[in-house]
Amino acid sequence: MSLRTLASCTLALMALGGIAQADETAPAVLATACFACHGMDGKSPGQIPSLTGKTKEAFSTAMKGFKTDQIPATVMNRLAKGYTDAEIEALATFYANLK
Amino acid sequence: MHKINSRRDVLKLAGAATLAGMLPSGKAFAQAAGNVVVIGGGFGGASAARYLKRMGVNVTLIEANATFSTCPFSNTVLGGFGKMADITHNYDGLKRAGINVITGTVTGIDVAQKRVTVQGNTTPIPYDRMVVSSGIDFKFTGAGALAGYDEAATEKMPHAWKAGPQTELLARQLTAMPDGGTFIMTIPNNPYRCPPGPYERASLVAHYLKTNKPRSKILLLDGKETFSKQALFQGAWRELYGNMIEWVAFGQGGNVSRVDPNTMTAFTDFGQHKGDVVNVIPPQRSGRVVDLAGLATGDWCNVNQATFESRTVPGVHVIGDACVAGAMPKSGFSANNQAKVAAAAIVASLRNQPAPSPSLINVCYSLVNPDYGISVASVHRVGEDGTIISVPNSGGTSAANASADVRKLEAEYARGWYKSIMQEMFG
Ligand SMILES: Cc1cc2nc3c(=O)[nH]c(=O)nc-3n(C[C@H](O)[C@H](O)[C@H](O)COP(=O)(O)OP(=O)(O)OC[C@H]3O[C@@H](n4cnc5c(N)ncnc54)[C@H](O)[C@@H]3O)c2cc1C
Ligand code: HEC
Repeated sequence: MSLRTLASCTLALMALGGIAQADETAPAVLATACFACHGMDGKSPGQIPSLTGKTKEAFSTAMKGFKTDQIPATVMNRLAKGYTDAEIEALATFYANLK
Repeated sequence: MHKINSRRDVLKLAGAATLAGMLPSGKAFAQAAGNVVVIGGGFGGASAARYLKRMGVNVTLIEANATFSTCPFSNTVLGGFGKMADITHNYDGLKRAGINVITGTVTGIDVAQKRVTVQGNTTPIPYDRMVVSSGIDFKFTGAGALAGYDEAATEKMPHAWKAGPQTELLARQLTAMPDGGTFIMTIPNNPYRCPPGPYERASLVAHYLKTNKPRSKILLLDGKETFSKQALFQGAWRELYGNMIEWVAFGQGGNVSRVDPNTMTAFTDFGQHKGDVVNVIPPQRSGRVVDLAGLATGDWCNVNQATFESRTVPGVHVIGDACVAGAMPKSGFSANNQAKVAAAAIVASLRNQPAPSPSLINVCYSLVNPDYGISVASVHRVGEDGTIISVPNSGGTSAANASADVRKLEAEYARGWYKSIMQEMFG
């Protein structure tokens, strides 16, 4: 499909009412919600661990461990349950690519 | 070429284009043309300004005060172990980031011309889109107000529900209170800013009194039957403070119908209570500046909960305490997360692209003493009906049976959260 078709599709959708919505949550959107605790771009200035410098595997192992209560946690076990495994993979890729 | 055969596919592609520009690494993004004015430099406004700027938008932030004292951690000042300086921040970091910060009170909003007037400035400020994060104001008169509690009464019976001089006044009153005195707090019905806030305050006042004036009492007169993290708070109160804190539910005589600042008395349906210090948390509404643009329906502002664009004024996004955000509580954490969603939606609209589908978190930490933290957490999405819902089977409160070590760790993480979010907001 051409860019023009894409643009006109988008505009047509937007005309339906206010700002149009994409229906899948993008990794960047999922990840920015975490910054309030883990620091901007995952670099924590305080007591909460940073999320930078983790491999994709270490990240997703941690998240899935929290989600299934296999890894003890104060809060991450409650939060990780709010994400699908696919979203966890997307988050892992996103954070692994952050500097 | 890939054939587009569903609305979903179109949106995926379009969404991908949008998000390329909002990768938070701050690298290689297309500039989004347009000027955005942000009203309010608190949790929602400072966060929105910073994220918009990162995404290449020209941002003007208008804030009434030159510094911002956070309500989060203001209860530690009452507890005797926090200082105002620890919770007070300036806007230098935002200025350094290239945000045009104007210190002044917004006194006019012209939604037809898309211009904002600031007190003392003759030239109105134009905008393409606007974010309003004006927090709360108190109902001192009219429907829903608490009889006897007006602006003048706040000097005798402080609310301390906006941090700053009111926090200091309440702290001074506590310091002056005799041992064996009574501290009364009146708590409104929902919705109000920070559902667990009154109970954290009661805890830290108890910590102060236990340390300094152990014969004193705390009486909580509540306009509700239940409250946030109730089992955790009440368990910790018994454990740490014995009988010092008495909580009276709405139906048990907690409903305060009138206060008298001259006699320091709170009147309930069942009787009257005189206090040495009376902390009145008044009934609340959205920060009044929203009235200049007709943004409120009743006390609060209705928005499209996926973009935070006003239901009444297109092009204006209302976030934080002032808006109705489905299952999200009125908290600084919520305001900060909503700012990111609104910023992404605004950038998308400036580029004629669809807004990304939102994902939000709220976590409210409370300290029961300096080494005892508890929290309530939730993960949010927009549901089928367009309102913000909590993701089923996620979130909840800290474990009921956690060890002292875990409570201590949560107190540390509460301080960690504060550092992180302050850096996000103020740089
Ligand atoms: C005691 C207490 C404890 C709390 N603890 C927590 C906690 O631990 N965690 C948490 O997440 N939340 C906590 N909260 C809640 C939190 O403070 C609020 O939810 C948060 O401040 C809301 O952000 P906001 O952007 O909507 O409003 P605010 O942060 O209040 O910002 C509004 C800003 O708008 C400005 N403004 C208003 N009108 C105008 C105008 N006309 N012109 C220019 N500027 C204007 C104000 O000066 C203010 O700076 C607590 C609240 C209290 C009272
Ligand atoms: C309320 C604050 C808070 C929020 C919000 C938060 N986290 Fe965490 N995170 C923590 C804390 C605290 C820990 C340490 C484990 C624990 O006690 O829960 C942690 C640990 C982690 C770890 C393991 C780090 C390590 O080095 O072992 C990962 C991975 C992680 N979080 C990912 C995320 C992601 C992804 C999000 C957003 C979807 C997120 N967190 C949101 C507080 C938070």
